[in-house]
Amino acid sequence: MSDQLVLEPGESVASQARTDAPPAILLDRVNKWFGALHVLRDVSMSIAHGERVVVCGPSGSGKSTLIRCINRLETHQEGRILVDNMELSDDVRALDAIRREVGMVFQSFNLFPHLTILENCTLAPIWVRRMPKAEADALAMQYLERVRIPEQAKKYPGQLSGGQQQRVAIARALCMKPKIMLFDEPTSALDPEMIKEVLDTMVTLAEDGMTMICVTHEMGFARQVADRVVFMDRGEIVEQGEPVEMFERPKTDRLRLFLSQILRGH
Amino acid sequence: MSDITLGTAVAAAPEAVPRTAPLSQIGLVGWLRANLFSSWINSAVTLLVLYFVVRWAIGFVEWGVINAVWSVPNNQTQVCRDLKGTGACWAVITEKHRFILFGTYPYEEHWRPALCVLLFVGLYIVSAMRRFWRKELALVWIGVLTLIGALMWGGVFGLSYVPQERWGGLVITLILATFGLAFAFPLAIMVALGRRSSLPAIKALCVVYVELIRGVPLISLLFMASVMFPLFLPEGMNIDKLLRAQIAIILFAGAYLAEVVRGGLQALPKGQYEAADALGLSYWQKTGFIILPQALRLVIPPLVNTFIGFFKDTSLVLIIGIFDLLTAGKTAIIEPAWQGFGVEVYLTVGAIYFVFCFAMSKYSQGLEAELNRHRVR
Repeated sequence: MSDQLVLEPGESVASQARTDAPPAILLDRVNKWFGALHVLRDVSMSIAHGERVVVCGPSGSGKSTLIRCINRLETHQEGRILVDNMELSDDVRALDAIRREVGMVFQSFNLFPHLTILENCTLAPIWVRRMPKAEADALAMQYLERVRIPEQAKKYPGQLSGGQQQRVAIARALCMKPKIMLFDEPTSALDPEMIKEVLDTMVTLAEDGMTMICVTHEMGFARQVADRVVFMDRGEIVEQGEPVEMFERPKTDRLRLFLSQILRGH
Repeated sequence: MSDITLGTAVAAAPEAVPRTAPLSQIGLVGWLRANLFSSWINSAVTLLVLYFVVRWAIGFVEWGVINAVWSVPNNQTQVCRDLKGTGACWAVITEKHRFILFGTYPYEEHWRPALCVLLFVGLYIVSAMRRFWRKELALVWIGVLTLIGALMWGGVFGLSYVPQERWGGLVITLILATFGLAFAFPLAIMVALGRRSSLPAIKALCVVYVELIRGVPLISLLFMASVMFPLFLPEGMNIDKLLRAQIAIILFAGAYLAEVVRGGLQALPKGQYEAADALGLSYWQKTGFIILPQALRLVIPPLVNTFIGFFKDTSLVLIIGIFDLLTAGKTAIIEPAWQGFGVEVYLTVGAIYFVFCFAMSKYSQGLEAELNRHRVR
């Protein structure tokens, strides 16, 4: 976790991509309601290939809902969401194609408790990507090595610590070779001493140029890795920009208040 | 005492040597003290209960073994009657066991239902072993069940034809229970999934099915199957009575099992569904690999509960005149010579039911422990 790699490569990738290639993810005036509750209000944003975005905001601000809309775990009611130039709609085939390209890591890990670590990682490649079993096993071991727990492959999730489980969850998502990774508060359910091992894994991933959207309150991680920080409150994007700029010179009172609260918490 | 312990602990630092627990706390003596004789009230209750248990056991052995009559010549049951209830008349079982087990099936062909019973038991044992849990097992089931049908009906391979009306006894109970649960269980899974479907038509259909079938007694369903259903059939067309009862039982068991399975589906955290969705698994992949394996493990106890219940509920077919094990037992003692020996017959029939139900229960406990190993840290 060194500080010198901050921003320097990401910035160029992001600015380049914004001009030429189509964005990895495009949200165009997305609206969503839970019953009468308006949880996403006219959210628009564009994320380039290789860009690392950290989404933060107080609880109930809609940040989790936003990234869950990107792989349609939640459906939006108005506006358009394009992932890799494919529009999210009721079309099942487009949805399958999008879910193959988008990996997700959850706050509560959501590993399959009745399958071994290795089986957790190989299930989707074998059945969704139609990969031969031997190849899927090799791929899974490769990613388990990358998250530094290959020796646990034969164990069940219940036998691992929280930090290890979350790293397995990251490896499981990577085994599908996604182009985009979504992280929904990946460290919020972890004991403090395990947060670092998960963040380290995510930093390595970011260094490899993965497109990432991460909902997190880990401001150190945001500073180190993010090309852009998006601050949400009450269902709308209040402010966005480079992390240093955002954290040191917040423009809105809402962000200032939020930053003072989470900094006091740490 | 605590002072002493503390003192030695400090002296023996850095590590205390583990000791075994005092003898009075462990082993048989410790168990007896903790559970049976922990206070004078408990000791008194223990002794009182022990007295009744021993007295009853001695009485039962006297009645069932020492004073019992094991066989009588030519239906001369006077010997039994002379006992005036002080001894069991097992002669009724000796005399009537073939009828109880096989009903009115032609006497010289009894080896056929007997073989069927063995085939059923063999099928249960093979299916119970996890090392045989693969696709071929389905073929074994189809093969064995076909073979059982051929043996019972006959009319092929030089076997004489035996109409269904003459089948009876244990084999009927096993046929109704085995076919019943083998069809009801998959049906129940589909209905349970359907009840949680996002398609309104499928969901409504499943809800109506469960509520309708569950809302009426099994007896009324059996009556409908045996009396009302034939009225709707065109002239001259007839469906086997056993088959009609079988279908009623499948539908009934299906509705109950569906709710048990649904309980397991509800118990799974939403995150499991979401994780499977996020990985791009299709609905059937998600259901088959992630949801059902976990949901069914969770509901093994209520599932076996329902299985055992239905094994015994097959005896209700007696009201529509099908000769299952219990009906055959009841009929065996209608004959004047053997009237009054119901206790012996019902004890025997009960023991047969018990063996099957207890085996199911024991097996499910083992299965539960084995399948939930992943939860042990």
